[in-house]
Amino acid sequence: MTRIAIDPITRIEGHLRIEVQVDNGAVSDAWASSTMFRGIEIILKGRDPREAWAITQRACGVCTTVHAFASVRAVEDALGIQIPDNARILRNLIEGIQFVQDHVIHFYHLHALDWVDVVSALDADPAATSTLAQSISDWPKSSTNYFKAVKDKLAAYVSSGQLGPFANAYWGHPAYKLPPEANLMAVAHYLEALEWQRDVIRAHALLGAKNPHLQTYLVGGMATPIDPSSQAAINADTIAMLKGLFQTAADFVHKVYLPDLLAIAPFYLEWAGIGAGVGNYLAYGEYPDKDGNFFFPQGYILGKDLSKVYPLDHNKITEHVAHSWYEYDDESKGKHPWEGETRPKFTGPQPPYEFLETDQKYSWMKAPRLNETPMEVGPLARMLVAYASGQPQVKKTVDYVLKTLGAGPEALFSTLGRTAARCIETVVLADQLGAWTDELAANIKGGDIAIHAGAEAWDPKNWPAEAQGWGHIEAPRGALGHWIKIKDQKIYNYQMVVPSTWNCSPRDMKGQQGPYEAALMGTPIADEKKPLEVLRTIHSFDPCMACGVHLLDAEGNELTEVRFDPAEGMSAPVLRMAPVR
Amino acid sequence: MMNKSLLDFPSYRTLVLGVGNLLLSDEGFGIHVIRRLVERYEIPNEVQVLDGGTLGMDLLYYLEGVENLLLIDAVEARREAGTLIRLSGEEVPAFLSLKVSPHQLGVPDMLAAARLKGSFPKNIVLWGVQPASLEIGMELSETVAPLVDVVVENIMRELRNWGVSR
Repeated sequence: MTRIAIDPITRIEGHLRIEVQVDNGAVSDAWASSTMFRGIEIILKGRDPREAWAITQRACGVCTTVHAFASVRAVEDALGIQIPDNARILRNLIEGIQFVQDHVIHFYHLHALDWVDVVSALDADPAATSTLAQSISDWPKSSTNYFKAVKDKLAAYVSSGQLGPFANAYWGHPAYKLPPEANLMAVAHYLEALEWQRDVIRAHALLGAKNPHLQTYLVGGMATPIDPSSQAAINADTIAMLKGLFQTAADFVHKVYLPDLLAIAPFYLEWAGIGAGVGNYLAYGEYPDKDGNFFFPQGYILGKDLSKVYPLDHNKITEHVAHSWYEYDDESKGKHPWEGETRPKFTGPQPPYEFLETDQKYSWMKAPRLNETPMEVGPLARMLVAYASGQPQVKKTVDYVLKTLGAGPEALFSTLGRTAARCIETVVLADQLGAWTDELAANIKGGDIAIHAGAEAWDPKNWPAEAQGWGHIEAPRGALGHWIKIKDQKIYNYQMVVPSTWNCSPRDMKGQQGPYEAALMGTPIADEKKPLEVLRTIHSFDPCMACGVHLLDAEGNELTEVRFDPAEGMSAPVLRMAPVR
Repeated sequence: MMNKSLLDFPSYRTLVLGVGNLLLSDEGFGIHVIRRLVERYEIPNEVQVLDGGTLGMDLLYYLEGVENLLLIDAVEARREAGTLIRLSGEEVPAFLSLKVSPHQLGVPDMLAAARLKGSFPKNIVLWGVQPASLEIGMELSETVAPLVDVVVENIMRELRNWGVSR
């Protein structure tokens, strides 16, 4: 029996730590911990609810739009504000392209490295790679010369000694199964995805959402004007450019992402039987239509039973702290986010330490539960809820992928299923963006250019003395909720339950594992010193702990400290350089 | 605000990029610096000043065509709080690539990707500060707050060295 700690599991040190116990080559117990406190809620108390979104969007660089969006929805829900139809569509478009971009980045730039051996690509035969690529897709970049150029570029890069994103991986690990040609093809698409993601996200700039931090969200609607006769507003040109970008997005997803997934998956089919997790799946629903129905439905599934989708009552969501570094007066019970508290109390070991005290409190994540039950959130949860609800586009795409891989729906409850669900969702959304753009165009053509609910709803003097709201959205990583209480026109309480809190949840007072923890149970480990298999399952959830710090680390490197020499003209306030503490 | 040029690539030769998390006191140093910079100085047209927040790969777009990159960030340099660090050239990516696992994308990946794509800036300078506080809060610590002006002045100096400042 061996205990292994993996920290950091994401690039950002101190964010996500996994400890597993390994017996006879398989995981027999697992613990997930966030080792960094995140308490943005504390900053928000006492502020104007209308400015909360600009602050919450700073919580995470990976997820800026989604926190802005959840925040304005929370305030709108609290104050009973109905947004105009154009605002609904604009939000769908901004979030939709964000999903598509984010999922492709996750697949090629984060998750693929768990399955694709980049170094092995150097052994590939470019002609055979070309044959392989042309056998799975009619994507034009597939000639022998093209793959030879990619291989040369990769060789030059590797020989430079600075591997960047390819450093510190387990290259050569026996769990890598792809032939060199498939690896080279994936590396080529990794590079193409870099260019592609940079291009398609320009849709955000077109929608007036000033990049890199969106400025167009507003309680009650959007800030970007629609005006067919102005070059400084959303107009017919904007619509045409959006359609072009969305077509570019859909082409890549259909001709590169989906074929790659279907080509790589057969080498790893055993992963359709590994990594299931808690088997309960929650989706808040997203992309409302004109009538308020969600394109991806709301609801939850229990015990992998696809025959029933239960309706969601958010009042049944609670957060527990029995194993989290927070204090409640009564820790045997959870708290609904409206009554939520963020009272940090660290009782864990001081670094450096070997292992966490997992029988006690061991994470900065609270443990969210729905009806006291742990739930997985994310693309798999959304696709399962949609599939079980009979959503036609999702059903068609899921069935196509399963049929191609020769698997049944039970294969979805797995690490591979999670990775496939993300791709399925991307395909369905990429195909839908054009239709939503057409809705916007039709509104404009019909003379409807409203983007905001108006000044009355905006003015605090029209607000009730007390109000509370729930802003729920589906973020790329899963169900995201912001809960707000407003008192005397100020924020009285604010709680965010982010997707990774659901998935990275520690145990609760009943000892029930969270989704990461449960998903690792039984995972085979070929080499305890290189637990690639653990990374595969955790990365299949697309963990995002970036809500914490982002500090660059320079340990062990020789640094040039700045010497302040006025003669060199560096700067005047030299005295500040020796701070008194 | 919006025009057709949005579909073209930005044509700035020089990018001043402040990064960091504004909600974690000194971690937001880079953002505070660029805010002060644009308050105090008129920025030459060929220079783009950008609040990069905690974004990673999304920033790749802004690196297109950039020859001079000036990064400002909080850095863990194991030095006394309030120590300023200046790195240049190959020191920067080497410094950034330390102690990182391959699975969260940030500025180091952005630079690595730029190198892989062949669009690596000719000149890179990083100005960093050793933070005194990473507590939740939108204000800089007393130790680090006075350094904002110091770095702003040095940014102008760097720009002059690159011949892009007025």
